[in-house]
Amino acid sequence: MEMPIPDAGALSRRRQLIDGLRAIVPGEGVIVDEHELAAYESDGLTAYRQIPLVVVLPETALQVASILKLCHALEIKVVPRGAGTSLSGGALPLADGIVLAMGRFNRILAIDYADRTATVQPGVTNLAITNAVEARGFYYAPDPSSQIACTIGGNVAENSGGVHCLKYGMTTNNVLGVELVTIDGEILRIGGGALDAPGYDLLGAVVGSEGLLGVVTEVTVRILPKPETARALLVGFASNLAAADAVAAVIGAGIIPAGMEMMDRPAIHAAEDFVSAGYPRNVEALLIIELDGPAVEVDHLVQRIEAIVQDCGATVIKTSTSEAQRLAFWAGRKAAFPAVGRISPDYYCMDGTIPRRRLPEVLDGIAEASTRYGLRVANVFHAGDGNLHPLILYDANLPGQLEAAEAFGADILRMCVRVGGVLTGEHGVGVEKRDLMSEQFNEVDLCQQRALKTAFDPPGLLNPGKVFPLLNRCAEMGRMHVSGGALRFPELARF
Amino acid sequence: MAEIIEANSEAAVVEAIAAAAAAGRPIEIRGAGSKAGLGRPMQAGSCLAMTGLSGVTAYEPEELVLTAWAGTPLAAIEDCLTAGGQALAFEPRDLSAVLGGTGLQTLGGVVATNLSGPRRCVGGAVRDHVLGLRAVNGMGELFKAGGKVVKNVTGYDLCKVLTGSFGTLAAFTEITVKVLPAAETEETLLVLGQDAAAAVRLMSQALGSSANPSAAAWLPGPLAGRSEAAGLSGGGAATCLRLEGFGPSVEARRRALLDRLGSGSQVVLLAAEGSRRLWRQLRDLLVFVPGRPDFALWKLALRPSDAPALVERLSRLDGALPFLDWGGGLAWLGLPCGDDAQAAAVRDAMPAGGHATLVGAPAAVRASQPVFQPLPPPLAALEARLKGSFDPKGILNPGRMVATA
Repeated sequence: MEMPIPDAGALSRRRQLIDGLRAIVPGEGVIVDEHELAAYESDGLTAYRQIPLVVVLPETALQVASILKLCHALEIKVVPRGAGTSLSGGALPLADGIVLAMGRFNRILAIDYADRTATVQPGVTNLAITNAVEARGFYYAPDPSSQIACTIGGNVAENSGGVHCLKYGMTTNNVLGVELVTIDGEILRIGGGALDAPGYDLLGAVVGSEGLLGVVTEVTVRILPKPETARALLVGFASNLAAADAVAAVIGAGIIPAGMEMMDRPAIHAAEDFVSAGYPRNVEALLIIELDGPAVEVDHLVQRIEAIVQDCGATVIKTSTSEAQRLAFWAGRKAAFPAVGRISPDYYCMDGTIPRRRLPEVLDGIAEASTRYGLRVANVFHAGDGNLHPLILYDANLPGQLEAAEAFGADILRMCVRVGGVLTGEHGVGVEKRDLMSEQFNEVDLCQQRALKTAFDPPGLLNPGKVFPLLNRCAEMGRMHVSGGALRFPELARF
Repeated sequence: MAEIIEANSEAAVVEAIAAAAAAGRPIEIRGAGSKAGLGRPMQAGSCLAMTGLSGVTAYEPEELVLTAWAGTPLAAIEDCLTAGGQALAFEPRDLSAVLGGTGLQTLGGVVATNLSGPRRCVGGAVRDHVLGLRAVNGMGELFKAGGKVVKNVTGYDLCKVLTGSFGTLAAFTEITVKVLPAAETEETLLVLGQDAAAAVRLMSQALGSSANPSAAAWLPGPLAGRSEAAGLSGGGAATCLRLEGFGPSVEARRRALLDRLGSGSQVVLLAAEGSRRLWRQLRDLLVFVPGRPDFALWKLALRPSDAPALVERLSRLDGALPFLDWGGGLAWLGLPCGDDAQAAAVRDAMPAGGHATLVGAPAAVRASQPVFQPLPPPLAALEARLKGSFDPKGILNPGRMVATA
């Protein structure tokens, strides 16, 4: 992966930068030692590493503003970082840039149950918001699989999803406002006071902007009443096509489940071998369909869905009758990534979205490429919203396999775009899919996006080298790289 | 009189705007014109009429996605969705009864104005349902933003920025929206006689509970009487809670709400048809229609808990009649317009963090008073740069949102 060539001038101003940062953030908030800097050298996309120029850990928005002003004046690039769990390299450092680590912004500032909002600092974890409000019967809906570690600031940057976003939306649909510091050190309040903000929808631009437009120092989110109950169905099919038809039939019947997940045979077997979730081994595809809401509604929909999947030729139907059983149904799905990590030295996770009706042909295409590249693949799939996570199995120690896996992954994403889908459903572009952007967008499309960037960040100092292809196109293609079967955050579930 | 250019194809939109850009000539982007009176009056020598660019190009109920040309009449889209058992979850408003016009509006106009209906407080705004756009910027360049699938984080979310931009950033040519199943049934509980404070308390409790109402509004006595809903002719105020969904679920949630209310409350139940009629009236602001001719209409957005104090402050203004929607997060205010729509007093009454939009008033008033809430200077400067990034020559709908320098 090629990153912008380090600017010798910026490197030569390191001393001046450190002095300036120390004047802003006292004590241990400025990290300059090479060994300590190494802790920040990569994020969840471990294939890429880079020691940053300096790491700074501010605690207040005023400090962030001063830091950005300083970097603006010294022409130093800035890479904002939350928990560093990005799977697309969004927080990959630059040799000539600082990492602005937001971990000290870890306070919950206000919870307003009457208005159903929570205002928190960006370093608060996704799950901590739910933990803070659940005693009163509320929760924060978007639930990326890394929610125990990932921060709400990172969620805002990446517009994170999760298995329940079919029904409850992505981060962008659940954030009401932010405090944003721009590269010139201006502290802006965008939204937050009401459901709709005046003027252009700057909030909509900031959410999902991958740290390229500004640094978020406060976030106001909607909190929702926790569903009274949840039940899940585990449904097996003799073909991927039948499973895809069942997903369409459920939605076509006017039912939007809280989550609807699909696994293919290799993923089912890997998961079952790993956690013995009780999945049937004699099926080609498995659906997990979760319903939540009042018990009466959930029971009613469970019955309707049982009838629908029966009509679609389901060969196995199990319905959870207890919370323990519901969690057991999920256990295999949530263990799918590490389960695949057990049967292969390395794997790549892709993240394209397709129109769901194109699933059979895309799965055929993936199978064909699997044969062509000589690499196995297991598919897990947020079936309700068409978000595919093919896992390509390879061994980086065998010559050529890494390159083959990369080429295979790029082929999959190109295929997603070709059938009318997109490069990324929830992991973000980052550095990972940067060079595939022109598969989806033409020059004018990309120029319009870049113009937005320039409106927010005229000198282009915020997180350069991410999202947009460099002028000199790079052969490296997108992936989530997992070496030795281990993710950078092995304790985090990834699904 | 402005020169009218009929756009019957995407290429014609590109051609018209490119020509205007080359000449540095302002151009008005116009759908059906139903909301032309919303925003500041503007002078443009030419007007690009988008209604010829019409038709649903793809509707896939099972993908939850519909794509149409921007000039497609909303009614055509709704007919199409109704046939598929689906709907636009943001409940687009038809303001023609209060603003004038024929009731014809286009999808492009709905997206350009981001006016969301009663379900917005739980189901999201127009902006939450725009998945993809093709549009022509102020340089006459056709670009696309977003995608045609429901889950997508590829690149900046330009669709959000363009939604609600009142034609000042780009002319939409094609729009892809997320569509959702229509509710199987609905009903509405009317709780009579509550003041604004009690109503907001009840609405907040209900919205924060698994009763999960899909809309919550409060009508003061005079407006409740105009709603013609059964049980509201007595002249008292009404708190309205709508329950939507599958039959057994609606029934269970109704029972839960009634238990919460206890026996001391005076409650009227509107079944499906009555419920639909009431919410159509609130959505389209029909309760203001029998008002006086000298009339200004304000849309006030705020935190629900600030609503009771706002209602109290507004009651001191001459002839002010507000009602609350979105559980108190939105107040619609009708009042005598006079020379200035009482703009200073209305904006003074707003709580911190809230904002006021002058939705309906004569052109002279909309020219003299800021229609949209003035922004703090740093935000205004950023928005000006944003405008410049789409329309560097400032030719698209100049002055519609903010006065041009």
